[in-house]
Amino acid sequence: MAAQLIQEKWQGEISTITIGATKAEGGSRAHNIKIGGEKSLPCLFKEGAIPNKPKIAFEVWDIAPVEWPEELSREYGKALTDPFLWAEKCAKEYGASSICVRLQGAHPDFGDKAPEEEAVFIKELLGKIDLPFILLGSGDDAKDNLLLPACSEEARGERCLIGSATQENYKAIAVSALADGHSLIAESPIDVNIAKQLNILISDMGLPLEKIVIDPTIGALGYGLEYAYSIMERARLAALSGDKTVASPFICFVGQEAWRAKEAKAGDSRQGIMWEILTATALLQAGADLLVMRHPLAIEKVNKYIDKIFDNR
Amino acid sequence: MFIIGELINGMYNNIGKAIAKRDKPAIQKCALSQIKAGADALDVNCGPASKDPALDIQWLIETIQEVTDKAICIDSSKPKVIESGIKITRNPVIINSTTADSDKLGILVPLAKQYKAKLIGLTISTKGIPQNKDQRLELAAQIVAYCAEREFPVEDLYLDPVAMPVNVAQAQQKDILESIREFKIISDPSPKTIIGLSNVSQGALIRGLINRVFLIMALGAGLDAAILDPLDSELVDTAITSDLILNKHIYCDKFLDAYRKK
Repeated sequence: MAAQLIQEKWQGEISTITIGATKAEGGSRAHNIKIGGEKSLPCLFKEGAIPNKPKIAFEVWDIAPVEWPEELSREYGKALTDPFLWAEKCAKEYGASSICVRLQGAHPDFGDKAPEEEAVFIKELLGKIDLPFILLGSGDDAKDNLLLPACSEEARGERCLIGSATQENYKAIAVSALADGHSLIAESPIDVNIAKQLNILISDMGLPLEKIVIDPTIGALGYGLEYAYSIMERARLAALSGDKTVASPFICFVGQEAWRAKEAKAGDSRQGIMWEILTATALLQAGADLLVMRHPLAIEKVNKYIDKIFDNR
Repeated sequence: MFIIGELINGMYNNIGKAIAKRDKPAIQKCALSQIKAGADALDVNCGPASKDPALDIQWLIETIQEVTDKAICIDSSKPKVIESGIKITRNPVIINSTTADSDKLGILVPLAKQYKAKLIGLTISTKGIPQNKDQRLELAAQIVAYCAEREFPVEDLYLDPVAMPVNVAQAQQKDILESIREFKIISDPSPKTIIGLSNVSQGALIRGLINRVFLIMALGAGLDAAILDPLDSELVDTAITSDLILNKHIYCDKFLDAYRKK
């Protein structure tokens, strides 16, 4: 007798989040992307629907990045010094489906650009590049509370994903996301209890749970990857069992973490690219819905990996 | 824990009157307040004064279905009333209840199967309420065996050990709690377990505390569901916290709000 596979029956479902609004939807993007919507654990296609493939966003900065390893910065060349050129290269040369722009230049230690200046930059960038956008602040709470509302307003109607809200600092950004029609990244420090708490705090502000994407905070391969994996798995199991307060898609900042690893900076052996790919693929198995990555070759390989898994289902 | 709100029962004055006067808003308000307080399903009982329970149950169910899609728990000792109600129920449905007697099982198990309903099985029979754990287990095994023979999914069966008032049957409380644990090992997959909680404090003076403590102990023994007053917020908080301790949901500082949001 053939062995019979035991299949779980899940009652919960991850929220589906759309990033980017097309002209028909009141924005000016060429297309939108959808993430989430799973009714099953990753890759277990027979236990429930997995309607959307995980997506990868190219990371672009408003200033020339500091301390990017040679293996990575060589690929982009002089485009790194011009964010418009950089984003255009991602869109045209590498076929990016979405862009994640990090406003690092507004950080007090990296140029301290004024919120108004960054808002003008965002407006111009949205005008030049018609892809769906993820907008990230500078990482400085006080500055981001001025910066993100200004940029959010400039991007009103474009249905961006903006971030990040944290347990200590979520009110201003949640209000902006709500007012301007964006979704919000809720960041927790590899802690499922705080991820859940933050989702509730944000939804208490009036932004529905269905507009939140969880950033569980990840570690790269060799730097706590398995810890992030277990947090994501725990939240996902609870969500699929019916807990709506953690039923959000996951965003994972793979590029940022992978290229910090000392192994990724070891010479020009393409080890950094491998590090980024392996970190990404492991997180896809943990349930990642949206990966923010850096090296175009790593992105190409991981996209192929996603296609292969989904095409063979 | 799966919470079934007990307040839509003709035995209560306000509900009895609302049924007699066909006062829809009164019933709907009662339904929604229970759901808001954390009820996953609503028990519906016409009460002893109803002259035409088969008709009254239909009106009650229709009235509730206008405002919610939560599960309806059709509560009657008469299979005909249950059949009348289940025919018009669009929401998920729970039959409350069969006993271990074959004439009731013979009607209600096929009915539950036909309507894909869950079924509550009381471990009582025409001989009355069992007086110890072994008698409860014997009746539970009879119900499980009957369901398994007729291919009714045992995981949709909710076995009720029948709570007894603590001031009447103090010696039985421990047996009732142990029965919950042992019901779960009668078969694989396990049947679910349920209790009509308010019985345990019937006639006692400090009812709320007795209900809360019994519920904690029953959940510790593996209880899956309870029929209770969800407007007793301390009771529902107690249930949520018990589930938390049993690792049934993820902790966060606002875990009480979180449970009610889900």
